[in-house]
Amino acid sequence: MSESTDTASSAAARKGQETPLQKDASGRTAHTPKISITVDDTRKVRTLNVKAAVDSLNFYYGQHQALKNLTIPIADRQVTALIGPSGCGKSTFLRCFNRMHDLQPDTRYEGSITLHPDNLNLVGSHVDPIEVRMRIGMVFQKPNPFPKSVFENVAYGLRLRGVRNRATLAEEVEKALRGAALWDEVKDRLPDSALALSGGQMQRLCIARALATTPEILLFDEPTSALDPIATAKIEELISTLRDQVTVLIVTHNMQQAARVSDYTAFMYLGELIEFDEAAKIFTNPSKKATEDYITGRYG
Amino acid sequence: MSAANPAQYRNVDALRTGLSRRKMLDQVFVLIGLIVMLGCLVILAILFIDLVRDGAPRFTLDFFTSFASRHAERAGILAAWVGTTLVMIVTACCAVPVGVAAAIYLEEYAPKNWFTAIIEINVTNLAGVPSIVYGLLALGLFVYQFDLGQSIVAAGLTLALLILPIVIVATREAIRSVPNSIREAAYGLGATRWEVTKDHVLPYSTGGVLTGMILGLSRAIGETAPIITIGALSFIAFLPESPFKSEFPFISFSWLNDPFTVMPIQMFNWVSRPDQAFQSNAAAAGAILLGMTLLMNGVAIWIRYRFRKKINW
Repeated sequence: MSESTDTASSAAARKGQETPLQKDASGRTAHTPKISITVDDTRKVRTLNVKAAVDSLNFYYGQHQALKNLTIPIADRQVTALIGPSGCGKSTFLRCFNRMHDLQPDTRYEGSITLHPDNLNLVGSHVDPIEVRMRIGMVFQKPNPFPKSVFENVAYGLRLRGVRNRATLAEEVEKALRGAALWDEVKDRLPDSALALSGGQMQRLCIARALATTPEILLFDEPTSALDPIATAKIEELISTLRDQVTVLIVTHNMQQAARVSDYTAFMYLGELIEFDEAAKIFTNPSKKATEDYITGRYG
Repeated sequence: MSAANPAQYRNVDALRTGLSRRKMLDQVFVLIGLIVMLGCLVILAILFIDLVRDGAPRFTLDFFTSFASRHAERAGILAAWVGTTLVMIVTACCAVPVGVAAAIYLEEYAPKNWFTAIIEINVTNLAGVPSIVYGLLALGLFVYQFDLGQSIVAAGLTLALLILPIVIVATREAIRSVPNSIREAAYGLGATRWEVTKDHVLPYSTGGVLTGMILGLSRAIGETAPIITIGALSFIAFLPESPFKSEFPFISFSWLNDPFTVMPIQMFNWVSRPDQAFQSNAAAAGAILLGMTLLMNGVAIWIRYRFRKKINW
């Protein structure tokens, strides 16, 4: 799809994805696939790297197939939003990226999610889910800080990685908290319990906790659904700034939110990908009727 | 529904009579509850006061520092309370690690299948097995098979078996009360199952685990039947060997193999004597045992309160 100069349709996105992936299978030194994006005001097209390429991904809970043949490119250091009505499989899809499903018995992946540039299939059975989770961070629907101090919450990921040096820990914790736009609010409360923070602060603390270990992709599972509008606005602003350092994948129930924060948007319905495109296109001129109906509020 | 007159439910007078009747029922229930609760408390208080009154003349320092004797006024509970303390230490050291480990395995690791379901049902049922049955098991297994004799370690292991189900059930409850979102958060950062357990699940459920442990020990401290079954002495005039030594390695475990007696047996022994003077010894020992149990329960409540205050989901 790097060749297509105008906005890529979902069909083109799928087609474009196949070529590099087939090359990956044959040669070790496969190049990173590309994806195009239209720069807002100039209407010019930029070419971006693909951070993760989802290819014919199927996912099963026992006999039930929850995800059907998904093929989506995730652009490097951009925000990709997953939208769709409840139960369409957005969260299930998101949780494939860090192998959260492996914690449940009787779940099965088919197909691949190839992480670039090192060409690692995230859902491959030989790939250690713990390694995947160490490289791909996640922020959950309900803020879930540990009932420990603010500092220890952010430091936990580093401690798991064997960081013991106090100065290093303090430095990294500060960096992560600054990255999550929380430092000024909590710098005097680092030893206090994280449970004393407000809901929005807790969620930003969870973001800081995930950021501290510099993940390659950060997954957000409806991060603002438990927050008030002001806290939501702060998180959205934060996600927009995170774009420069990390690839973001966000599931949201809120279409305005998807329109505000995302560069690419995928619309899912009943476990299938209906349409994937640049957010600007999806929200102004979707090519599928179902997408248009959902976006205009006819269902969902 | 459609046949009903819509105004039927809007008769304000009827609403009010109905409501006052319902509120009266509410009051009646409160009253019944209060009576039952006070009844229990009063009975317990009477028991305790009766024991204390009967045993009052024996509450002296000598009572705690004397061995059993043929003369009621010279008899004391030294051997009994030392024995009880040592047996409880052995019981706690065996039951808590095993029980907590079993609970962690069942909650965090075990796959949910028919095998673990059977284990779960059995653990719960074991809590209801009469203690004399444990005594018989221990007599055959610990005393004769393992040749531990009528020793402190045999008694400690027996009581540990007895309270193991209590510890397991309490620990599982505590572990289950840790929200799954916390586990997900830790797994999401790349923690292994053991790291999730040791860094999060266990620390956050410590209050419940300790409560279960103390409730189990409170049960064990009053058990008489299994201890008698394994053949504890009831008249003993020496202490187990001291665990502390003056020369290297300063600590000794030979007390584990010493004969012993415990508080309930000492009490039982005194109660069965015809001499009235021994009855007041038994009452005093009973009050002290009850006091020990209440103290342990108090500690359990305090611990739970402390942890609840610190961790509030």
